[in-house]
Amino acid sequence: MKSAVIVFPGSNCDRDLAVALEQVTGRKPAMVWHKENDLPDGVDFIGVPGGFSYGDYLRSGAMAARSPVMRAVKDAAAGGVPVIGICNGFQVLTEAGLLPGALMRNARLSFVCRPVPLRVENSQSLLTSAYENGEEIFLPVAHHDGNYQADEATLDRLEGEGRVAFRYLDEVNGSARSIAGILNDSGNVLGLMPHPERVIEPAHGGTDGRRLFEGLLETVAA
Amino acid sequence: MKARVFITLKNGVLDPQGKAIHHALDGLGFKGVNDVRAGKLIELDLADGTSDSDIEDMCRKLLANIVIENFRIERLENA
Repeated sequence: MKSAVIVFPGSNCDRDLAVALEQVTGRKPAMVWHKENDLPDGVDFIGVPGGFSYGDYLRSGAMAARSPVMRAVKDAAAGGVPVIGICNGFQVLTEAGLLPGALMRNARLSFVCRPVPLRVENSQSLLTSAYENGEEIFLPVAHHDGNYQADEATLDRLEGEGRVAFRYLDEVNGSARSIAGILNDSGNVLGLMPHPERVIEPAHGGTDGRRLFEGLLETVAA
Repeated sequence: MKARVFITLKNGVLDPQGKAIHHALDGLGFKGVNDVRAGKLIELDLADGTSDSDIEDMCRKLLANIVIENFRIERLENA
């Protein structure tokens, strides 16, 4: 599997994501700087990592979403390439219009950094196939702006179409309907606040994140 | 020519920062504050002839996130 990790000024989970991808797929991902206009040919997967792109200026993810490389990411996503946005990457994908809604300041204003229990609500997508529907998993979160909000009609549509991928099992950040991760309408773009790339070997305290990348590898290879 | 863009959260969107400010005002003894909403002010120095629709375009494409925010443009004609 040929993967690409997008790097913005202020990204800080790009290396963790690259290590996770290399461990699971056996191949180093291409690290693609935000000023690039193109992605490497034949990319099978794109990761938009966590961090504080552009120092969170204006709004989290707002500047990154308008950087040159994101045009190429949008084209690839429209062509069916799986794309995952983790934490700041999720914020970037919503700001870029690849996913609906917005991620606002946590309801209690504090930065939240801890492992959280999640329920897998849709295990049928390219990006969540390693999990069982309804399964409970643990992934770490580390964010200040993870409070997912959208209008009621959008939330109803996400629920009705099975596009809520992960839901928090306890109160984390005030997200509408406890949404932790969502899919786009064709199911190949996933945005989530928790960090699967931080739990890929037992020494990390769990391997629930590794399974996401293993499932992805399987579906891409199939 | 200068213009100011005021960006505010839409009605009904929870504003945790506004709430915290409200709480702090309360703590300082300022009574009678019913609600606080925090927003942003962006000042633009623009070429003469920049149209309203150009500024609106800037707001929709970048300055505001219209999922959660409203914007209001104020032109300062003599600035």
